[in-house]
Amino acid sequence: MNFSNEPLLAFIILAPLVGAAILGAFGRRMGERLIGVIASSTVAISAIISFLVVFRHYSELEHGYKFYNYLFTWISVGTFRADASLLLDSLSAIYILFITFVAFWIHVFATGYMRGEDGYWRFFAYMNFFMFSMLTLVLADNFLLMFVGWEGVGLCSYLLIGYYFTRDYAIDAAKKAFIVNRIGDFGFALGVMLLFLTAGSIFYFDDPARGIHGAFTWALLQAPDPVGWAPIFAGGITTIAILMFIGATGKSAQLPLYVWLPDAMAGPTPVSALIHAATMVTAGVYMVSRAGSIYTHAPSAMLIMAVVGAVTALFAATIGLAQWDIKKVLAYSTISQLGYMFLACGVGAFGAGIFHVFTHAFFKALLFLGSGSVIIGMHHEQDMKLMGGLKKYMPVTFATMLVGWLAISGVPLFSGFFSKDEILYRAFVSKGLPEPWWPSVLWGIGAVTALLTAIYMTRLMVLTFWGAERFKHESGHHDPASHQAGDHEHGVSPHESPRSMIVPLVVLAAGALLVGYLGISEGLSGGKIPNYFERLLEPSIARSQPHQATETAVERAHEVAQTEHAAPAASEENHGTEWALTGVSIVLAVGGIFAGWVWFRRTPLWKPPQLLEDKYYVDEVYNASVVQPIKVGSINLLWKFIDVRIIDGAVNGAGHLAAGLGAALRQMQSGLARSYVAVLVIGALLIVGYFVMTRP
Amino acid sequence: MVPLSWYLALSALLFTIGAVGVFIKRNAITIFLCIELMLNAVNLTFVALSGFFGDVGGQLFVFIVMTVAAAEAAVGLAIIISIFRNRESLNVDEVDSLKL
Repeated sequence: MNFSNEPLLAFIILAPLVGAAILGAFGRRMGERLIGVIASSTVAISAIISFLVVFRHYSELEHGYKFYNYLFTWISVGTFRADASLLLDSLSAIYILFITFVAFWIHVFATGYMRGEDGYWRFFAYMNFFMFSMLTLVLADNFLLMFVGWEGVGLCSYLLIGYYFTRDYAIDAAKKAFIVNRIGDFGFALGVMLLFLTAGSIFYFDDPARGIHGAFTWALLQAPDPVGWAPIFAGGITTIAILMFIGATGKSAQLPLYVWLPDAMAGPTPVSALIHAATMVTAGVYMVSRAGSIYTHAPSAMLIMAVVGAVTALFAATIGLAQWDIKKVLAYSTISQLGYMFLACGVGAFGAGIFHVFTHAFFKALLFLGSGSVIIGMHHEQDMKLMGGLKKYMPVTFATMLVGWLAISGVPLFSGFFSKDEILYRAFVSKGLPEPWWPSVLWGIGAVTALLTAIYMTRLMVLTFWGAERFKHESGHHDPASHQAGDHEHGVSPHESPRSMIVPLVVLAAGALLVGYLGISEGLSGGKIPNYFERLLEPSIARSQPHQATETAVERAHEVAQTEHAAPAASEENHGTEWALTGVSIVLAVGGIFAGWVWFRRTPLWKPPQLLEDKYYVDEVYNASVVQPIKVGSINLLWKFIDVRIIDGAVNGAGHLAAGLGAALRQMQSGLARSYVAVLVIGALLIVGYFVMTRP
Repeated sequence: MVPLSWYLALSALLFTIGAVGVFIKRNAITIFLCIELMLNAVNLTFVALSGFFGDVGGQLFVFIVMTVAAAEAAVGLAIIISIFRNRESLNVDEVDSLKL
């Protein structure tokens, strides 16, 4: 493995931090235009440096070079060491490219979207701080620094969901997001601690220059755990993997910790686009892929991940089918797509998962910004019941969302098609699962989800842009939960959004259209178009065959070399399967769109099953099974007994004791100087007398 | 040559007179003088023992005690004058306003 130094990395994370500091300190006195320029330009600086660094070292990254930027040693206690140092390899390279690019355009969009809101400066200070945290998360070279970024993005998520802090539902949603994420973070922190205990290091890779041994070097030398329940609780590599995956389920909104993400839509729409769709929620996928060498040695964890991913994908898609709030549909869609990513990672196709993260960042950011544009155009109305026929009022928003819709539905030649197809294919041909029917089942769930995705996205588009204009006659009807600020007059007149919002939409639409071509799988293109994405990512991705137990790294490398030689022959056979599966995917996507089109054009206000509309009552179940018991226990035990009786009792008791002692001792203070002298003299006599009497 | 025990006996006598004076007198100035008497009784002991043991340490202590006594006299007299101005009395038993 080759290492070099790249001092520019620090500037990628520092630029947004400086922006956040400036806006946080002086933003209150700045004009909106200046705030927008500062916030966007610091992200632009990050983006430019990222592109500069990555493309200058492109061929080195492709060959597995790693670039370090050591800043300082953060903690060094005994054998524990954590540095503030950054690592660029092809995995983090891909992440910083799309994060900074998409984030820049979302910042630009937000300058228009947030116009006239109270606390404009606060919004952008948080957004810049989010960028700093996210880039720290991605560029960290050890798990503890990653955890700093991990918590930082969680904090910014909390602050931005609760941006409209005068509204109860926003505050509740922010708290919910923060608390649910804490549960996941707890798992992640435990995983890192256990990793240190077993591997003796929390760094990812070896760095001879600093004398660091990487945890992944340790992981690669381990024999893979067997599949089963025992290794999960054994405290070995599988336990580490499971604990870290719990962290990922919190941050990336997987079952059972997904509940915060739909509520997180209470934040402003650019926040939903940046944090709750494109970047932060994919941190879990990043972490799992980063720790790929751990996961490939923990097949039970991989299996759980695949199952959780697949079930979440299907589960969220069914709920998405029945939501009326345009942002809620997209939120469940995001959960569903994240499920795909974990399904990919779970079957060992980390590359496919990251590719879907990459394309998803573009089309989901686009869809969210498009929905933001619709919401602004409709004067802060989010209920799709009160939309319809908007395409003639908002032509650009309509055209760009059209691209996003086709991309997420998996229509051929759009970016989502390539990545989703890759995931389904990799699920179908995955090896190493305990029973031979597993791959087909996972693929089947994924395929049904793809169909549902096409249907609910078509529903969203039809309800929003086509059909009768429902807003004029029914504008008196309010849904308080989805109704944001703004004067809601009778008979809103939808209008197209300003240029600062349109340009990002167009740019992201171009991205959603084109980025898929960077990673066309070899089977589809027949090798004619190089798969840039996979070639770049290849050296950073763990091999996906968990049962290949090897004793030493040398043997392992040898084996890898052999598999690579054998690969072409095997992949020839698979091309047939891949084409067949692609055919199925296309049929599902087009069929879903067609079914959705026919159905929702005819009955746009078709009432979905109550169970789906009420989200399977998961929130109610959590409320009854977790929230209420904690609340009751806190009130009756912690507050009324422990706090009032024991803690307050001890504190008040100490006070009473001091008062009583004082009351007794004050009797001695007679105020008579001569009595004090008497005490003094008698005391002195006693002491002198004692020494005289006890003299030997 | 006067034996050491005479010095010590005189000093003990002076000290006792001073201590008893502090005890029984009510006039602040008298008490003050008695305190001076006690200090100088101790000084006498120091000097006597210093001469007896041939050690100048005792005489050094006497200088310190005298310095402190001078400072104390200045502060003490100032307090006494200010009490008298306020209360027209030097009876220490009446000065008890610090009592709780």
